[in-house]
Amino acid sequence: MVDGNRRAVTLRVNGEQTMLLVEPRTLLVHALRDELELTGTKVGCDTSQCGACTVLVDGKAFKSCTLLAVRLEGADVTTIEGLAQDGSLHPIQEAFAEHHGLQCGFCTPGMIMATVDLLARDPDPGDEEIRRGLAGNLCRCTGYQGILASVRAAALAIREPA
Amino acid sequence: MIPAALEYVRPGSLAEALAELADPDAKAIAGGHSLVPMLKLRLARPSRLVDLGSLGLRGAAVTGGALRIGALTTYDDLLLLGPETPVPDALRDCAAAVGDVQIRNAGTLGGGLAHGDPASDFAAGVIATGATLVICSPSGTREVAADQFFLGPFTTVLEQQELLTELVVPLPAAGEGSAYVAFEDPASGYPLAGAAVRVHPGGFVVGLTGLAAHPLRARSVEEAMATGSDLDAALDRVPVLADDGDVDYRRRLAAVVVKRALAAARARAETRA
Repeated sequence: MVDGNRRAVTLRVNGEQTMLLVEPRTLLVHALRDELELTGTKVGCDTSQCGACTVLVDGKAFKSCTLLAVRLEGADVTTIEGLAQDGSLHPIQEAFAEHHGLQCGFCTPGMIMATVDLLARDPDPGDEEIRRGLAGNLCRCTGYQGILASVRAAALAIREPA
Repeated sequence: MIPAALEYVRPGSLAEALAELADPDAKAIAGGHSLVPMLKLRLARPSRLVDLGSLGLRGAAVTGGALRIGALTTYDDLLLLGPETPVPDALRDCAAAVGDVQIRNAGTLGGGLAHGDPASDFAAGVIATGATLVICSPSGTREVAADQFFLGPFTTVLEQQELLTELVVPLPAAGEGSAYVAFEDPASGYPLAGAAVRVHPGGFVVGLTGLAAHPLRARSVEEAMATGSDLDAALDRVPVLADDGDVDYRRRLAAVVVKRALAAARARAETRA
């Protein structure tokens, strides 16, 4: 117990060992945004519907608005900030930019993190698998067709690097 | 939305966890995907959360002629079990129907059942497969048949100082098949009507969800299947509630999902004959 009701939680965030000081009620999305200033992860609906807050925990996609940070001792968290390597965008980021996978961009970090989970399970998904894999992510701009194209292109780029 | 302030403990043993629950304001948390939204809305305001994540309750194994699944196993864990673990098809169907991938990565089988949502997908499959639920308290262990577990909306037989620790699912027999079919509300993903049907050489077992005050076993429908009589008439004897007031619509959906699940279960049974 530190500083009244705050507790120390040690975890990895984007590959770096990190210590958070959080109240037990603190949601992971607020810890990431407010404590670590990783504001790529968005608060959208705040009711587990929209997926804008999606991050990876131990390699799987989770809605960080529905996780208590205090429970993540020892976890390995990846946010949208952790995808680009050495200044080069991740192939999924490249594909979203190239294939109009976004307009306003608010849902994009969550879409991309959910796509990481999807392509880890299924490197060559059909449109039905993509729709099902991204069912937990809402976009209010694109009509989703650009997102489907982006995910298909990303899958190809990862399977067959140029 | 931010939950009200609370304390947090993560006990390392079942005995410690049960002792923590002696406090009537303490609440157990498993995957948290029903509870955390309620904390954020402050519909639930426990003074203390008892985290069940370190009790070794996650995973599945076949022992003693049954599939035993730890209560902290997630829907995704269940779906990722390989062919060496014989999960009844209806349970796989139900797990795949829950929420979206982020929810299935986090939500747990036991946590969802203990939450007691009247529109739980998974509950229908647990009832239809004839599962038994293992419940631990400081005074010992009891086993409750899945169709006796639910009492009403968000109400189960669990007492304050009890924890659901394990699901015991009979292994599918030769000639047996099962399936779950649901009409989902397109916005919430919760079933407006869901039916899990198990066809076995001795008869039929039917679990319904989304229709009544709690998930239930529909014996009238099972009898109609066994005798070949009218399923719609049998469904008229199921106590349907509808939050939008349209009971007839729900009954029609129920008839469709029951018939589709029956056909799918029969087709699977034939491949296992």
